Amino acid sequence: MSLTNYLVLSAILFTIGGTTVLVRRNAIIAFMGVELMLNATNLSLVTFSRMHGNLDGQVMAFFVMVVAAAEVVVGLAIIVSIFKSRRSASLDDVSLLKN
Amino acid sequence: MLSVVQAVPAEVVSAVPATGTASAAWLLVAIPLLSAGILLLLGRRADGWGHWLGVAAPVASFVLIAAIALQMMGLPAGERVMTTQLYPWITTTGLTVEFGTRIDPLSVAFVLMVTFVSSLIHVYSVAYMEHDPDRRRFFAYMNLFVAAMLLLVLADSYALLFVGWEGVGLASYLLIGFWNHNPVYATAAKKAFVMNRVGDAGLLLAMGAMVAQVGSVTFGEVLGADLSPGWATAIGLLLLLGATGKSAQFPLQAWLGDAMAGPTPVSALIHAATMVTAGVYLVVRSGPIFDLSPDAQLAVAVIGAITLVFGAVVGSAKDDMKKVLAASTMSQIGYMMLAAGLGPIGYAFAIFHLITHGFFKAGMFLGAGSVMHGMNDQVDIRRFGALSGYMKVTWLTFMMGWLAILGIPPFSGFWSKDKIIESAFVGEGWQPWVFGTVALLGAGLTAFYMSRLFFAVFHGDKRWTAPPDGPAQHPHESPALMTVPMVILAVGSVALGGLMALGGGFATWLEPVTGHVEHHEPVLPVWFIMASTIVVVLIGAAIAWRMYLARPMPMTAQHASALTRAARNDLYQDQVNEAVFMRPGQALTQGLYVADEYVLDGTVEGSAFGLASIGRVTARLQNGQVRSYAGYVVGGTVVAVLAMLASRM
Repeated sequence: MSLTNYLVLSAILFTIGGTTVLVRRNAIIAFMGVELMLNATNLSLVTFSRMHGNLDGQVMAFFVMVVAAAEVVVGLAIIVSIFKSRRSASLDDVSLLKN
Repeated sequence: MLSVVQAVPAEVVSAVPATGTASAAWLLVAIPLLSAGILLLLGRRADGWGHWLGVAAPVASFVLIAAIALQMMGLPAGERVMTTQLYPWITTTGLTVEFGTRIDPLSVAFVLMVTFVSSLIHVYSVAYMEHDPDRRRFFAYMNLFVAAMLLLVLADSYALLFVGWEGVGLASYLLIGFWNHNPVYATAAKKAFVMNRVGDAGLLLAMGAMVAQVGSVTFGEVLGADLSPGWATAIGLLLLLGATGKSAQFPLQAWLGDAMAGPTPVSALIHAATMVTAGVYLVVRSGPIFDLSPDAQLAVAVIGAITLVFGAVVGSAKDDMKKVLAASTMSQIGYMMLAAGLGPIGYAFAIFHLITHGFFKAGMFLGAGSVMHGMNDQVDIRRFGALSGYMKVTWLTFMMGWLAILGIPPFSGFWSKDKIIESAFVGEGWQPWVFGTVALLGAGLTAFYMSRLFFAVFHGDKRWTAPPDGPAQHPHESPALMTVPMVILAVGSVALGGLMALGGGFATWLEPVTGHVEHHEPVLPVWFIMASTIVVVLIGAAIAWRMYLARPMPMTAQHASALTRAARNDLYQDQVNEAVFMRPGQALTQGLYVADEYVLDGTVEGSAFGLASIGRVTARLQNGQVRSYAGYVVGGTVVAVLAMLASRM
């Protein structure tokens, strides 16, 4: 099986993730979209690592996982605290930084 | 040009440190300055006694300068130029100016005249300003003037002279506009101030040239410096510009007539006897610079000759008593300038005439003030007449001044003015003939307008105002506080000239400053010049007698020849100034305003408006919606990737 298929799968996953972020209002769902995009990127990295025959991409994928885990902690904490104060997890309601 | 004069080496004495009383010369300035400060700071609390403090200050300065003069008379001629250094005033790299005074025969003679005349005028003012609620402020300004004038004369550098120069300008401004509740008077004060600034620019530029060429502005260094002819001419002409402004010489003469708006003692002290002669002092003091530049010297003489005639013509037609005297002052200072422009042979006579003029003109102004005092402030000479019977002292003292300015022997003016006319005839080429003739004719014109004034005020029919065209007049003699100073000045007008001329005394006295000058033969015999002067003067007086005493003088100005109309209008000096300087100046400022408003501001405001508009459009992108921001990021990335791919193909 050609390695190109993995890249195509990665691109499909990335697009699904990106679309999720753009079209869904719920913060949790958008967050999941972000995770999906990160993992699509990881898949590309691993694929390229395989293509080039070295481990750089795989190392990078581990870094991404670690950072993503930390980001999930912070991100969920923010979403929870916003939900607590506003009773809503809709992204469109959070527009205080405008102007 | 004037090569006879050039050949004579001027033996100017170099300065030595002052000793004895002379080292206290700074007190001359400090006393009136302190008095002015006290009077201004205490305000109304000093109203009761302030005028007497004001009188005491110039008297104290006079006593001190008299002591210094006595000390100087005891010194040999070689030690009579003294300087004191009080403290370093301006210290920069390449230029150090000491705050110092210079006491030499020239400054001592000048200070003696200034303090003596101003003491008398201060005494006179006590009575003259008696009913003015602001008499204390008047005396404060007068003392300020005396302090500044003495600083001007005693300074030992151009920089310090300039401080006094501006100080007298300020005092003059304050006193011309003393009754500034009258807008006309306030405008007159402003006019004097502004026109003086034009001259001051010349003095400042001259100082700049001195710093550039000599690296110093002290008299000791600048006057001994070896300037190139070009620079000497430049500095000389700039100094002359300064002198024309302060001394109301052509072309900056227009302010003096309006300056008569001030109280009469001010006109007597500042605008006749002292401040307006500062220009002559400046030229004589800067003599060594002018000696290096015959062109600048010629310019001084020409300006003097023009002003001499200008003032005399204006004086012949004016009906305002004080303006006649102002025009006369202008004309007499023209004589002094002419003398100063003749070079070393004229310096001593310029100062000589300056001092005798200080006496007789101040005396006549005080006489005019006394007449106004007795005639409800009337100044129109067509509404006087026959006052000789009512104001005997004023009449007699004014007569002494009149005879002195006419130059009738043996009155003061004869000794000084005759010498100037004689010196004007010295030289080669066309100059002696032109300057000599102008000086001679000027004497005739002087005789005409002064006689006209004298006859119109004190003789002839009573043309006084009476209801309904004016207040009823009850002329009376002024109090002793006013008449005594007039009498003393009249005595000076009679005797001072002869005393100073005794054996060439005054010229010898000034020699440490002006240098020794051999006698030069004029192009005409001396007896002939003297006789023609007297004849011309008598003719002038006789014409005035025929026109204004033998015939009744009309009470209003009659239609007259074009020249008379021009002279009544100050020879259109204001119109010329307005057309040549004021209107183009206004047009220039208007143009600059338009350029600033529409071009500069337009550019700045336009670009600001453009940026703000761009901002307003782009601000719509920032809507606070996280998802649209994410959309921009995705869109941007897609564009970047496409661009990258496009560049690869």
